[in-house]
Amino acid sequence: MISSVSKIAYCASRSCKFRKPIDVRSLLQKALDELGYRDRIGLVETECLISCYQGPSIMFLPGGKVFQVLSEEHFTETLKGFFASLQHPTSPLLSEPRTEKEIPGIEHLDFFAKQQLIVLRNRGHIDAEAIEEYIAHDGYLALYKALTAMTPEEVIGEVKLSGLRGRGGAGFPTGTKWEEARKYATFPKYVICNGDEGDPGAFMDRSVMESDPHAVLEGMIVCGYAIGARRGYIYVRAEYPLAIRMLRTAIDRAREKGFLGRNILGTGFDFDIDIYPGAGAFVCGESTALMYSIEGKRGMPRIKPPRSTESGLWGKPTCLNNVETFANVPQVILNGGAWFRSIGTEDSTGTKVFSLTGAVKNVGLVEVPMGTDLRTIIFEIGGGIRGNARFKAVQLGGPSGGCLTEQHLHLPVTFDSLQDAGAMMGSGGVVVMDDTNCMVDVARFFTQFSVDESCGKCVPCRVGLKVMLGTLEKIIVGQGEPSDLALLERQANHIAATSHCGLGQAAPNPVLSTLRYFHDEYEAHIREKRCPALVCTDLIRFEVDAEACKRCGLCAKVCPVDAITWQKKEVAVLHRERCIRCKSCIRACKFKAIH
Amino acid sequence: MTIKELSEIKETYIDERKRELEEGVATVDVHMGTCGIAAGGRNVFSALQGEIERLGVANVKLRVTGCAGLCSMEPMITVHLPGQTPVKYGKLDAAKTREIFYSHILGGHPKAEYAIGQGLEKPQKRVEIE
Amino acid sequence: MRSELVHQFSEEQMAKVDAVIEAHRKVPGSLLVALEKAQDITLYLPVNLQRYIAAGMGIPPSKVSGVVTFYSYFSTVPRGRKVVKVCSGTACYVKRSGEIMDRLKQKIGVGEGEVSADGEYSIEEVRCLGACGLAPVVVIGEETFGLIDPEHVEEIIEKT
Repeated sequence: MISSVSKIAYCASRSCKFRKPIDVRSLLQKALDELGYRDRIGLVETECLISCYQGPSIMFLPGGKVFQVLSEEHFTETLKGFFASLQHPTSPLLSEPRTEKEIPGIEHLDFFAKQQLIVLRNRGHIDAEAIEEYIAHDGYLALYKALTAMTPEEVIGEVKLSGLRGRGGAGFPTGTKWEEARKYATFPKYVICNGDEGDPGAFMDRSVMESDPHAVLEGMIVCGYAIGARRGYIYVRAEYPLAIRMLRTAIDRAREKGFLGRNILGTGFDFDIDIYPGAGAFVCGESTALMYSIEGKRGMPRIKPPRSTESGLWGKPTCLNNVETFANVPQVILNGGAWFRSIGTEDSTGTKVFSLTGAVKNVGLVEVPMGTDLRTIIFEIGGGIRGNARFKAVQLGGPSGGCLTEQHLHLPVTFDSLQDAGAMMGSGGVVVMDDTNCMVDVARFFTQFSVDESCGKCVPCRVGLKVMLGTLEKIIVGQGEPSDLALLERQANHIAATSHCGLGQAAPNPVLSTLRYFHDEYEAHIREKRCPALVCTDLIRFEVDAEACKRCGLCAKVCPVDAITWQKKEVAVLHRERCIRCKSCIRACKFKAIH
Repeated sequence: MTIKELSEIKETYIDERKRELEEGVATVDVHMGTCGIAAGGRNVFSALQGEIERLGVANVKLRVTGCAGLCSMEPMITVHLPGQTPVKYGKLDAAKTREIFYSHILGGHPKAEYAIGQGLEKPQKRVEIE
Repeated sequence: MRSELVHQFSEEQMAKVDAVIEAHRKVPGSLLVALEKAQDITLYLPVNLQRYIAAGMGIPPSKVSGVVTFYSYFSTVPRGRKVVKVCSGTACYVKRSGEIMDRLKQKIGVGEGEVSADGEYSIEEVRCLGACGLAPVVVIGEETFGLIDPEHVEEIIEKT
């Protein structure tokens, strides 16, 4: 079937030539000339085609059939034979499908095997810009079911039965919220999707919006139907340009297909969604602040009640849920609340998506049933700590959460299980820290974050956090006094007790939890003026410990200013007058001999 | 849109995929979420596109899909060949991608050294349209 | 007021700003969106431009200023042609983004909120970019750089 061949690719890799020094190109040229195919078939050079055991390979394109050239003799005849064996114009790429045995099956890889995907069910499978692919994976079927076979009350009933709770962190029962919003007979009503994923270290919402935007839309439309709203907004951080683009495309496609707009699925229900790019303010993740932001104002939280379900956007009943919450809704409707309830724990049903980052081997998105313990998440799915370092702490829940230690790894993660230990699940950010992280510094980092992001409305948060930050900074530069620990705790408790909104109330959590579990590190900073993790530069003496030094000279090699001298079999000497305190030597030394 | 049209879209898509497999079309999913792109996903995509165009290969389909979840292995691709278990590759660059293109996508022999695993994640519970 | 702004920006830019004002003037709650679009045109929003937009939209200048200073997306000072954004999220922080910031400042020769002498670069710390899998992350212009080695961070400036 010569007519099906437009090009012949020939292997030009060195190893082929080594195996059999055949000049395939001239051989092919000659043969094609003789056969009179020279003008019809082009020649292209490729890299190694397959592991050619006997001789250089050639491939017929576009079909992709591969042959090996074993001998230069009678090549024209051989080539003719090759052509004749091309039975089908579009032959399969493979003559014999073969899979290497040494590639492990996904089911044997803890990272994949231990996950259960509901929200991320389409991850990596579908082209987010093609609505057909979403539909082919049962997309918009839940919407169809809700609109044609269920009353709004039944939809709410199903969501209530499922036990689904808000995935943004607060864990408010979604069904109850919908029921509240439905109750008020004030119109118009609004549905808002909170895509202002602000917690540093959390990126599950971004991933869902990017890779499966229709799931979010479908959840929102079902919500609109349930509460009696006709308009929805998605508030997305401006830092997520790809998510915004994918959502825009998805909304356009959904409108074309009649899932958005007037008379959806011929049921007389109207609903449409707009995207609202946020302008960068962490506090806008708080629902009332977010609504002010959509109204074009400064995003400052207000006193509740009234709840948003009664008086939200533009003073109208508004139902606000997080991206992950909405993405769960289609599955709840499709498979039923009872099914959803069967996953997870009694009070925290379904799965939760965590973004696992920091010092673990496998960094990524992890969806597991609620109630999975931290050890499984960090050491099985996450593959444990990267490199030679040791596990030290895990930070959960972003700036509102806390740090937990080895002793907490057995704890199941649910909305309520970590509170006694001083942390929270929050939106699902899990940052793993190893022994190169200083916990006092981590507390300072989060406090600095909250200081920067405080909206300034109430004094405890605006001023209190700043004062607390001052205390932490004093400790970090070595001017801490023993009384500072009690002071810190008092400051933290004051802020927690008197701040106006949830963000201020939770902002001292990182300080409180590190004080609780890493007291010794604070003590070392204050009493010994020493940073055990060698992070706080002001507390490092930059001395070589002659006993620990193995005399390898690595430190002298990495020093950018030649402040370390070393001679073979001698302890390195650090000249502090030249040292710029860059810590390169500390990181290079495998024996922790410089401190 | 009626339920019939909805199932038609679904069936058409499934039939199309089936037909492609029967005709021996290989599909390569390039996982290009923000992380994937930042890690060099675009280079991987253009390397594949470049080879496909240069050779005029007709039966390799490139798709852009979202993040596959394992950020530390980005950029990632998944290679689906007819009659073969899909293989996920990670930590790719243009050169490694070209090797995979020749050896696996065209040649049918997976490059074990760049592979993460074979198979797809657990299929989700499916619900029949009534 | 406008002539001063034309001098500072350009007639073309101001015409675009006018169009943005016109499009949003009557839409309640559109101030934030209008300001985002205006900044996309002028790259920053100095006080005189804020007043101009306020007058155009019929909103008190204090409200405009209130919004501009509240959100980190807005800048009231000029930015470089390429904005170097260092992610300060937790995952990046624990992988030494503070050090990256210091080294970049030194390399470019500017502090935060300043523009380099040639007008090419300015440097900013940004909230988590959500690319934690590639921490530490730096964005220069439109390009994202991940898994940066703080010791060799200068190289990425040379690459852009």
